[in-house]
Amino acid sequence: MDKILVGLKRVVDYNVRVRVKSDGSGVETDGVKMSINPFDEIALEEALRIKESGGANEVIVVSIGTSEAQQQLRTGLAMGADRAILIATDDAPDVLSCARALLEIVNRETPDLVIVGKQAIDDDNAQTGQMLAALWGRPQATCASNIELDGDKAIVTREIDIGTEKIEVDLPAVVTADLRLNEPRYVKLPDIMKAKKKPLDEIAFAELGVDSGPQIAHSSYEPPEGRAKGVMVDNVQDLVTALKDRGLL
Amino acid sequence: MSRILVIAEHDGSTLNASIAKTVACAAQIENAEIDILVLADTAAPIAAEAASLASVSRVLTIESAANAHSLAALLAPQIVAAAQNYTHVFGPSTTFGKDLMPRVAALLGVNQISDIMSVAGSHEFKRPIYAGNVVVTLRAPADAIVVATVRTASYKAVETGNSAPIESITVDADLPTHTRFVEAQAGSSDRPDLQTATSVVAGGRALGSIDNFDLIYSLADKLGAGVGASRAAVDAGYVANELQVGQTGKIIAPDLYIAVGISGAIQHVTGIKDAGTIVAINKDEEAPIFEIADIGLAGDLFTIVPELTEAL
Repeated sequence: MDKILVGLKRVVDYNVRVRVKSDGSGVETDGVKMSINPFDEIALEEALRIKESGGANEVIVVSIGTSEAQQQLRTGLAMGADRAILIATDDAPDVLSCARALLEIVNRETPDLVIVGKQAIDDDNAQTGQMLAALWGRPQATCASNIELDGDKAIVTREIDIGTEKIEVDLPAVVTADLRLNEPRYVKLPDIMKAKKKPLDEIAFAELGVDSGPQIAHSSYEPPEGRAKGVMVDNVQDLVTALKDRGLL
Repeated sequence: MSRILVIAEHDGSTLNASIAKTVACAAQIENAEIDILVLADTAAPIAAEAASLASVSRVLTIESAANAHSLAALLAPQIVAAAQNYTHVFGPSTTFGKDLMPRVAALLGVNQISDIMSVAGSHEFKRPIYAGNVVVTLRAPADAIVVATVRTASYKAVETGNSAPIESITVDADLPTHTRFVEAQAGSSDRPDLQTATSVVAGGRALGSIDNFDLIYSLADKLGAGVGASRAAVDAGYVANELQVGQTGKIIAPDLYIAVGISGAIQHVTGIKDAGTIVAINKDEEAPIFEIADIGLAGDLFTIVPELTEAL
């Protein structure tokens, strides 16, 4: 195939314990470490492996966000992507608007395969890949743990509740990456230097002419209800007694 | 009045347990009429189960060989056609619903709400974000159809005993041929299903090997419990992916959850925090799992677990 397009979302790093702003208007992101959404990193790794094994000519990374998302795109370029596109916006477009914006890029670039993470670890929506596939009128293979390319088709193994499932999709298609698709590589210093010279194009979100459609309002943010602190027991016998007291044995 | 269409998940012959919980969520919306849509090759046995669920007004069936396997690309256009007179379309937040519902929403030209955990009104819902660290309240526009998935661990299944009418319907939808089912491989287990089990025993990385995971199986079998695992244990290859509990695995709410050798990363805790009683067994007294456990026992799991299994 010729091109693989990979979506990268800038999110609060996996190891950060997020806090709700005191006025409930959102989540504190000032001074917080940001990273590529881990599932998107897996998506990119898969695209790079396909290219490196001769299965594709070019890997393009795309992100939607503020100019700060350039950092994550540069990391993607350092991992090995050939070029990057930032769909720049200071707003936080909803998922449908993002899928519509990605469709505009897909129409311009005509990739043979789009790979994105199965979910972003900030909003945990798990929707973008499916929405893009729907709008594009193309197949979707979500929660992929293996991708086998076969000419103009792909056989994708999906992680599902009962185990795994294989489906065959005609290309072009959208695949969403699950945890066990691969283990992403570490970026090496010389690659970071090289990535600075790779092309990173910026397109204003507003220029894409996306109809933002009916909006869902986010009215308030709050911490979850905590669980009360329990008791520590000293030995197995006390544990069994405690379980019996609760009527669980 | 709200008219809610619930999309039935099934395995070709039986209704998935998540649907009774999805209906329970829908029933929280005041003045709602709830229908279930069964898309299947042979719908009758599934429809009969759906019709028995309390709060259900009607069961609609679309029978077609194309619906033999739940492929989102084929189901979505049929659901869009069937959903025209509804105010809401709900599915469970299982791998089935998560795959399907965003595709339905995009075809309907609306956003989708993932993982409803509570209903504040016909168009106002709460859902968890950031691995359950934050709860956000969302208000969907009143003039557009609401498409959502339901976090089933937040709801108790509705009762059975109803006998709602079952109607076969046909829809006008173009079904793509670009997506084909090849095969499914179900994890082989005669233990209770992780998502519906009343008790679950789960193991973490501290088990150290596939063989040592037998300790978990023995304890689970003694309790008649399902078996789960942390992401670390799945990544290490001790157990299959479908046993993973947490943000990116299954969200469960058993009456009893016993976490063995699991440190309690926030991504894991989000999958169990609706459990009735959480028991933690871990050698590290400082492990975060003890902050949310109802009963904690610090010590060596390789001594404690066999002793506990013996004592039951």
